[in-house]
Amino acid sequence: MKAFIKAISYYLPSQTLDNEEINQLFPEWSVDKISAKTGIVRRPIAAPDEFSSDMGITAANSLFEEHGIDRNEIDFILFCTQSPDYFLPTTACVMQDRLGIPTTAGALDFNLGCSGYIYGLSLAKGLVETGIAKNVLLITAETYSKFIHPADKGVRTIFGDAAAATLISCSSTDKDMIGPFVLGTDGKGAEKLMVKNGGMRHPYLNNESAFSEDSVGNFKSSDHLYMKGSDIFVFTLVSVPKLCQDIMEKAKLTYEDIDLVIFHQANKHMLEALRKKINIPEEKFYIFITNCGNTVSSTIPIALYEAIKEGKAKKGDKIMLVGFGVGYSYGATIVQL
Amino acid sequence: MELSEFILNVEEQFMETDPGIIQGATEFRNLEEWSSLMALMIIAMVDEKYEVILTGDDIRNSQTIQDIFDKVQSKVNA
Repeated sequence: MKAFIKAISYYLPSQTLDNEEINQLFPEWSVDKISAKTGIVRRPIAAPDEFSSDMGITAANSLFEEHGIDRNEIDFILFCTQSPDYFLPTTACVMQDRLGIPTTAGALDFNLGCSGYIYGLSLAKGLVETGIAKNVLLITAETYSKFIHPADKGVRTIFGDAAAATLISCSSTDKDMIGPFVLGTDGKGAEKLMVKNGGMRHPYLNNESAFSEDSVGNFKSSDHLYMKGSDIFVFTLVSVPKLCQDIMEKAKLTYEDIDLVIFHQANKHMLEALRKKINIPEEKFYIFITNCGNTVSSTIPIALYEAIKEGKAKKGDKIMLVGFGVGYSYGATIVQL
Repeated sequence: MELSEFILNVEEQFMETDPGIIQGATEFRNLEEWSSLMALMIIAMVDEKYEVILTGDDIRNSQTIQDIFDKVQSKVNA
């Protein structure tokens, strides 16, 4: 009895922030320059009254409709978000009811960002292969836009809002369809990507004293998303090549055996630097970022969906998935479609 | 490693800054095109061409292109 990825769907909010608008707000950044340096042209932005749960529900309903899946068969919901609706209750519980999933299903939230999809797959595999659940609905959804200070052009340029829904089901094969996994954590990087205020330790201030301006003119605020991009980049340059090497060794594979590699879509420049450093063949390295930006835990399922749609990933293919970021937290796995 | 070659490698990262503008004594934060993303591009370039890793602090503690060059050189020679 092995877990496998049965279906994926995703949802992007209709409102967007495009490069023309960024250029109007911050004239020093030309449309061409933003596009060349980030690979991003537009970012979906959740509506003021649209939250992670709403987006996750839309993605899950798309999954049921697009793939003809009966919601009554879902017996576990895993919801990955860092922007939950409430401190409590668990957003996954609210989603169970709104999605009309049976009350016999288990449900839990977990808080991870760019590594969240890899961790979600590891949890789903555990639930399925120990017989705890047969059909796990893994939903990733994030509204970083609501954390971002309007004057912080650095992060506004990178992040988009999105949700993805993945069904992990049980197959009778004895071959691993998800895994092995290599996971890792370095909490020393906690302050490099952070929303500091609003939890128990540091209450939300909601006043101008939370704001400051850094040496390159970006606004920073402990009430908002703070990103030390250069430090995160250094973390990825050091840890991701090792992560890729470790997963290949654990899986006893080489890039010859891998049909496609999908990294967390952080920004195009970072992806290209990592690809070159690790020496991954360009034709096996899938990038899908232009029209959605960095959607945190949803970048990998969105890219996987698009790779399948484009025919770049087919049934039977072995695909390497690699997530890394906020925490710091990172993980890699191999999935077979 | 030569400063002149390093400057050419730095220049390549810029799109809107004409060749010749960047010199060793240039205070890079004063360049119109400088942004936090440029720091990433320089870190990536240094990793690719010189096979050493500049940290965010290395860039933060530098004022001029020469300062960055000196940091790269000390790492290369370490």
